[in-house]
Amino acid sequence: MARRYDSRTTIFSPEGRLYQIEYAMEAISHAGTVLGVLATDGVVLAAEKKVTGKLLDLSVAKEGGYGGSGEKIFLLNTNVIAGVAGLTADANSLINYARSAAQRHLFSYNEDIPVEQLAQRLCDLKQGYTQYGGLRPFGVSLLYAGWDPHYQFQLYHSDPSGNYSGWKATCIGANNGTAQSLLKQEYKDTIGLEDAIGLVLRTMSKTMDSTSLSSEKLEFATLTIDPQTKRPIAKIYRPAEVDALLSKHGLAKVEDAEATEMRSRDGLLVVH
Amino acid sequence: MAECSFGLVGKGYVLIASDTSASRSIVKMKENEDKIKGLGPNLMMAYGGEPGDTIQFAEYVERNLRLYHIRHNHTLRPASAAAWIRRSLADSLRSRHPYSVNLILGGYDHTSSMPNLYWIDYLGTMVEVPFAAHGYGAYFALATLDRFHDPEATLEEGLETLKRCINEVEKRLIISLGKFMVKIIDRNGMREVEL
Repeated sequence: MARRYDSRTTIFSPEGRLYQIEYAMEAISHAGTVLGVLATDGVVLAAEKKVTGKLLDLSVAKEGGYGGSGEKIFLLNTNVIAGVAGLTADANSLINYARSAAQRHLFSYNEDIPVEQLAQRLCDLKQGYTQYGGLRPFGVSLLYAGWDPHYQFQLYHSDPSGNYSGWKATCIGANNGTAQSLLKQEYKDTIGLEDAIGLVLRTMSKTMDSTSLSSEKLEFATLTIDPQTKRPIAKIYRPAEVDALLSKHGLAKVEDAEATEMRSRDGLLVVH
Repeated sequence: MAECSFGLVGKGYVLIASDTSASRSIVKMKENEDKIKGLGPNLMMAYGGEPGDTIQFAEYVERNLRLYHIRHNHTLRPASAAAWIRRSLADSLRSRHPYSVNLILGGYDHTSSMPNLYWIDYLGTMVEVPFAAHGYGAYFALATLDRFHDPEATLEEGLETLKRCINEVEKRLIISLGKFMVKIIDRNGMREVEL
């Protein structure tokens, strides 16, 4: 029965469902986990990188770029970072769109785009693909972590249907149910940034399949306020910083002697 | 130019005063015209320039800022509204029929709990200032404001400074501009004040 209404994204099934949109969301629940937690003095994002081949050349990504170190967490504007779960190619296109939208707002109003407005812009685009014919919806969910003077720190989630919602702590991608219930148990409204970082890392380590975490599998970012300038600081951690953070929280993988030696030569050694 | 408006920032408030004459050529048509428009709960704008242009542009700005408020559930902050208005004038200047409108924009920013004042002219010049004036009256008022303005002044002191400006213009300017209207914005919103 479902098949008859599968071929078009914009045709309702007799039960009133849009199958292609639901499949897109299903695809996302198999993607790498992305987790966000709102703290009183910042927002924390972490993302799981699905392990790629050993031969993949990450020498450029390792340095960490202006927009982020890898494939899951991106800088959308000076006051917003986003974690993506789903099809990477679709995500790249949405991120490009978001960056343009943010700059257009800056051009018109000479201020950073409010976080909710940026989420709305992307959702307007995503919603279009549930309605106009012949096109595939974006197979991407995003978590937006941001700050604006109207509502201070904020965390939003948007899905392929074009719905968005604000959260104190949430998770998308594989095992999001497990992570959400862990977050529900541990989250407190008064949580500070340091505790939020711990909560995110602990939840990530429990949710991800592997027993130990490292920068090869994890991307991490925070959004805080500079106490002097009162301007937001988006910090996307470089791989070495991620490893340092993990060992600080006792979640790093125990390296074998050879790897440790190589690391120490690069000046990236973290003493356990 | 035979129109005059002033603005000044005090402690937690911004005041704008404008003459109330509507004239055409050398003829005064009306002497109780309100030329300070409220643009939402925390913003106001005194406008002067080509009659017709002024009203058209003021209403255009008013409706657009209202639309923004409805769409996004919060108003633009004064700084952002000023940037948008400036951009509108700058785009207009480069079109076939530019608006010839000069503005003084005053507002209270609830996110920073600070009053703001902007001086904007028809060329798309914009500056944030502690006090501002447009028209021939500016030649006298600016000197007075330079001497007497205090950003920490109470409302009574601020109104006193504004009175000095108006008296100076009435005394020295060859044209009589008639009565002035004064409006204030503070954390409680906009209201008219009697001098």
